Formats: sequence, C-alpha cells, structure tokens
Amino acid sequence: MDTKTQSRVETFDAQAVNKKENRDLYEARKKIHPKRAEGWYRQLKWWIMAVTLGIYYITPWLRWDRGEYAPDQAVLLDVANRRFYFFFIEIWPHEFFYVAGLLVMAGIGLFLVTSTVGRAWCGYSCPQTVWVDLFLVFERFFEGDRNQRIKLDAAPWTISKIRKRVSKHIIWLMISIATGGAWIFYFADAPTLFVELFSGQAAFVAYTTVAVLTATTYVFGGFMREQVCTYMCPWPRIQAAMLDENSLTVTYNDWRGEPRTKHAKKAKREGIPIGDCVDCNACVVVCPMGIDIRDGQQLECITCALCIDACDGVMSKIGLDKGLISYSTLGIYDANMALASTLPENMAAKSEAEFSIAKMAAIDPKKVRDDSGKLFSHFVHASWRTVVRLRTIIYTALYCLIGLALIVSLLTRSNLNVNVLHDRNPIFVTLSDGSIRNGYEIKILNMLAEPSRFNVRLEGLPNAFVKIAGDDKNLGQNFTIDVDADKLRATRIYITVPKADITGTNVKLRLVVNRQGDNEEATYDANFVAPNGAK
Amino acid sequence: MTNREIDEISGVETTGHEWDGIKELDNPMPRWWLWTFYASIVFAIGYVIYYPAIPLINSYTTGISGETTRSILAEELSAATAAKASLVAKIEATPVSEIRDDDDLLRFSVAGGRSLYKVYCTQCHGSGAQGAPGYPNLNDDDWLWGGDVETIYTTIKHGVRNDEDDDARFSEMPGFGKDELLEPNEVRSVVEYVLQISDREHDAAKATEGKVIFADNCAACHGENGKGGREFGAPNLADALSLYGGIRAKLLAQVNSPKHGVMPAWGQRLGEASVRQLAVYIHSLGGGE
Repeated sequence: MDTKTQSRVETFDAQAVNKKENRDLYEARKKIHPKRAEGWYRQLKWWIMAVTLGIYYITPWLRWDRGEYAPDQAVLLDVANRRFYFFFIEIWPHEFFYVAGLLVMAGIGLFLVTSTVGRAWCGYSCPQTVWVDLFLVFERFFEGDRNQRIKLDAAPWTISKIRKRVSKHIIWLMISIATGGAWIFYFADAPTLFVELFSGQAAFVAYTTVAVLTATTYVFGGFMREQVCTYMCPWPRIQAAMLDENSLTVTYNDWRGEPRTKHAKKAKREGIPIGDCVDCNACVVVCPMGIDIRDGQQLECITCALCIDACDGVMSKIGLDKGLISYSTLGIYDANMALASTLPENMAAKSEAEFSIAKMAAIDPKKVRDDSGKLFSHFVHASWRTVVRLRTIIYTALYCLIGLALIVSLLTRSNLNVNVLHDRNPIFVTLSDGSIRNGYEIKILNMLAEPSRFNVRLEGLPNAFVKIAGDDKNLGQNFTIDVDADKLRATRIYITVPKADITGTNVKLRLVVNRQGDNEEATYDANFVAPNGAK
Repeated sequence: MTNREIDEISGVETTGHEWDGIKELDNPMPRWWLWTFYASIVFAIGYVIYYPAIPLINSYTTGISGETTRSILAEELSAATAAKASLVAKIEATPVSEIRDDDDLLRFSVAGGRSLYKVYCTQCHGSGAQGAPGYPNLNDDDWLWGGDVETIYTTIKHGVRNDEDDDARFSEMPGFGKDELLEPNEVRSVVEYVLQISDREHDAAKATEGKVIFADNCAACHGENGKGGREFGAPNLADALSLYGGIRAKLLAQVNSPKHGVMPAWGQRLGEASVRQLAVYIHSLGGGE
C-alpha cells in the first residue's frame, strides 16, 4: 500500500470497549444495599429470626436433671464419652440409627418443603439468611437505610464515618464471637466451659473452633453475603432440580403488571393500555440478593419474599390489588398468562428468548381488568389448596411414618443389653480331671443412669458351674454382676462341665440376665463346646 | 475448537460446551474466588517451608519443623512410656504374689501381658495359649513347675533347660528304653500302668506288672501315685492331660527316648516389669492357683 492510498482513508485512534481481550476474567463483588422492607413477610421473618437465634444461643444453657450419674445439660453431644443427650432421650453409639433416621427424615423433609414452598429454607431459616439479616439490623442502626449507606460509602473518611464503621464492625465481631462460642457449648457442659473459656483453661480445639466459626460468621455475614448463596452453596442447584410446576415461588405476575410505566396517569389520559407495575423499583431496592424479580425466576432468588412486601405496600398506596408480586406456581402463572394475552396459537417462535418476548408483547391489559378497573375473577391465585397434592401427601405420610417408627422404637427400647462372646481360641479347655471348661465374655450394658446389680442365671447345662475369671469361687449356676450407671461392663466367666455330664460336642445354653429391682430381662443363647470323645 | 456463541437471553458468550441443549455461559468468576486461590498458593508455600515436602535424590527437604510421621510416632511412644512409668515402678516394687490385689496393677498386667504374650509366646504356646504336643497348655489347671503367680514368674524369668540362665529350671528324664535301663516289655508294662492311672483303655494284667516297675523306676520323680512332682517338673501322669499325647505310642516313645522342652530365660530379654506382667496374665487365663 503506498502513502497516497493511505492518506485517503481516515483512521481513528480507538479501541472497542467490549473487545474480547478487554473483558475481565474476574468480577469484583458489587455491594448491595438492601432497603428495609415492611410487611407481613418481614414480620414473619423477624419472628423466625428471633426463634432460630434463640434456639441456637439458649439451647446449651437449658438444664435437665438426669440424676447424679449423668450430665444435666438438656442437649449435649458428649463426644468423649460417646453419648448424645436430648432432653429425656439418651442415645448410645450402638443406637446411632436414630440419627440415621433423623437424617432420612431431614431428606424427605427437604423434598416436602421444596415441592410445596420452594426455597423456603433459603429465604427464612438458613443460617446464612438469618445472620445476614441480623448483621443488616446493626448496619442500618449505625449507618442508616439504603440511601444513607450508599452516600456513606461514597463519602470521604471523616471522624463520623470512622465512628459509624468501627461501631458496626465491633458489634458484628461480638455477634460472631457469640455465634462461634455458642457452638462449642453443645459439646461440653456449658457453664463449666464458659468459665474455662474466659480463664484460658479450655482445650486448644475449643479456641480453634471458636476462632474459625467467628471468622466465618464475620466474613459470611458481613462481607460475602449473597456471594455465599450464589457461588458457594449447592442448595440453589439442588433445589432448582426439585421444583415442579406446582411449587410455590416468588413470582412477578407480569400478566398483570405489563406493560409497565412510570407515568401511569399520563398514559391513562392518553388512553394507552398499561399494566399495574409503576416501575418504582421498590422490589429491586429491598432485594438482599441484588436481583430484579421482574426478570423472572432466577438462581439467585432465595424467595425471602421481601419484594412481595415492598410491592404490596406500593399497590395499596396507589389503590390497586396486592399481589402483583406474590407466591405463585408456574402452573398458575401459565394459566393466568394464557388468560391475559392474545398470543396467536401455534406461534412459530425460533427460540425460548424470542418466545418470551412475544409473550410479553401479547399481554393485553384489557383482558386483565374490566371497565371498572377490577381484576377479572377467572384469574387463579395460589391458596392452601395449591400445596395439597399427591406428591406432597406422599412425602408427608413418609415423613410422619418414619418419625412415628423412631418414636415407637425409642419408647419401647430396652435399657439393658446383653452380649455373650464365646472364647474363640481356645474354644474349650480340658482340665486335669477330664472336665471341660469354656470361657465367655459376658457384656452387660446398663443404660440406666444409676448403678445396677444384675442376676445372671445359667440354663441348659444341669451340672455345670460358673466361675468368674480371677476368682476361684464356685458360683454354681447363679451369680450377680454389678454394673455402674450408664456403663458397659465386660466380665470373663468360665463354665465348667464335669466329664460325666458332657452330652455332646455342641450344647446349647442360655444366660438369663435380669436387673434387680425391676422386670427388665434379657437373654442370650450361646454354645458349650466339648472335644470329640470327651463324652 | 468448540462453537462459542452469544446466548440470546443473557447476552453472555457461551463456553461452547453443550449438554442436551443446555449451554454453559462464560460468566466472569467472582474475584474473591481468585483471592482464595492465591491464598491457597501462599498456604502451600508456607507448608513446603514448614513441613518435609520435596523429595531429593537421596533425601528430602526437612522443613523448619523437621516433623515426620516417624518422629511423631517416636514422640507418642515416649509419651506412652512416660505415662506408664509410674505403673512400671509400682509393679517392680510390689511383691509378685500381691500384684493381683491391686486393681490398677492387675489391669496393667493383664493388658500388657496379653500384648507381650502375642509377641514372644505364641510361637510355641499358640495364639490362645492352648499349647501343642510338647508345649504346655497354659489355660488348664495342670502345671509342670507350679501354677501360683510366683512360680509362674520364676519359670518365665529363668526359663527351662536353657544355657543362658544358671537358675533355669532343669530336670531330665532318663531314656529308659534307649539307655537299656528297662527291658522293652518292662517299658510296655509301665506304659499300660500309666494308661490305667490316667483312666484310659489299658491291659490290666500288664498294668499290674507295670505298677511295680513304676514304683521302682518312676515314682522318685513322678510320685508314688503318678501325680507328678513339681520340684522336678515331672508331669502328673494320673490325669486326663498329657504333654506329649495320651496315646500308647506317644507314651512308649517318651519312656524309651524322652523329649524335653526348653524355654528361654525371659527375665534377661524383657526386663523385670514385663516378666511380672506376663506372669499375672498367664495366671489369669483360668488355671492359676
């Protein structure tokens, strides 16, 4: 190319802003400043927050008298002694199936809750949601609501800003320490550990646990917030797969709201058809996840329902029916959408995106309200009936059935457990007078919180006699074993059968154990082994 | 290369990966994720500096801590040794016959004795202490040298018929047949007598002859009624048990050309406390006197 040709072409010193190379591989978190919402769901969430936090912080301090041989903490996971205490229930390691049962119930509970009320766990009772809410309370207290906080963020560092920030972080840290601290009280006697913790006598692992949980509470509640839900938590993915067209989700009813306009009065004057949405963005500013619910169902939405509160407030202010944003199901939404739009049947849409755009355009406000401005009554709204269907009934039945089975098994369980282990090597010993001796280990599990004496009776070997290892006394066929409260005791016993009384190489015997003072009885069948030809 | 395209709804470019019509959007990653990635690299560097990490040709980098699983084991072992030092001292100071009266020492002895037994004794006496022909069963009530704790302790400490210990138990039965101390038919008669006194099938006529021969030749060690002599380690012949087998052929072999068991002097090898533990453990197996 010669210079002559070049000079005829004008060149620009510029580069495409969105050139692929300029696009960032990583995106910084954009801070969200949720505005305080008010309404029915916010009230409900305050209550749930109070109850869940109350349970978490107070439970380890509840006492439950179990007598002098067991701890008096109502809920205690005693890892060192391998016991789990829950009020009147005490679980031993060999009863861990109860915990497995609870986990199965939790699984079915997840199916049940998700298929009826969608991601209610995320929106109301997930610790992440509850603690972020708690952190926001103090953020608002020190820094004001959304607008003041945005201003404060942008403002230069002044004494007043520093004071606000420092107070907020001190409170956050105190909450975090209390949260991390409360956790370890579930694993040891709370009052004792509390004193040890502050006098520097607690175990290293206790301090480490408190430190780690304090750090996670502080970072997740104060800084990461919605990032935890969107990027770290598997729940949004798992639960999305469990929703169906009958599950309740927070829904923007665009069949009613569109076309939206900020200038409703002007549009009405000019006779332009409009929907109910006044595009005030109230639903956007209250959202703790920083999304616009009007874009439809999104992975980020935790269904906290604060946008419902915000929108209902606006709707009542301008004299329209509440529920422009509401709990609804996909099935109901589709039915209402069909009633409200004039979508040509068999529309040949190229793609999902094109279809949703066409659907939106086809909404006809005249089909939503009659001339007096009332919503047509044929629109469907979610009610309690929505959640009662075969799937949820089956889940509920299964849930109750397992719960019932666990309770029945818990109430009827024996507080005495006997195991008899025959010596494997040697399986018998011939004594000098020709009699045969077998060794057994008899394990008695005393699950009562008091020491007990057990009568043991040998049946099935008429002339046999018992000796306890280490004691030369001939006990005949009846003896007693003392077992401490809440303990397992293994006792080695020898059963000897005189030569003349040996009837076979493998003779059945039974050990009958019963607690002195009550009717609790347990039996164990074992064998008495003799060599060939001992008879 | 896969087919990258712009997703219509979100306006984001896809990675080109597609599963059953579901396409993966190429959204930017959160920046904090990048920070955690860097943090893990920093942690790894610290780890490599602190712990042994990089293999070299003949060695490895030891790290500042110099800690290895071996050194941890050594520490734990010395801690365990230190933890039981007081019990070891106590067991050495307590008279052997009184160890069993102390609950702590009894538990310590039985537990320690059991593991010592597994290492040093099972080769001859069997894993269940059930013995084998020539090696006594330690569960029963038949003892060659005596079955109280102190005697068991002495037997274990000094051993039997070994050259290591001057105090080892020692005795030897003459080879009555081999050395022609008895005629072959006399040997047979003695064996019939032994079968008789141990309540086994026997030839009564020969046993009567044998009784006289027994009184002359055997009773000095095995006792007048064949009930054994513990000072010589001479087995009780009148009971249901026999060391080398209670059948005629085995008894004949033993009288003609006796075998003698040997046991090392464990006192020199294991030390005082361990021998005491073993003695109490053996005594606890059911035959202790």
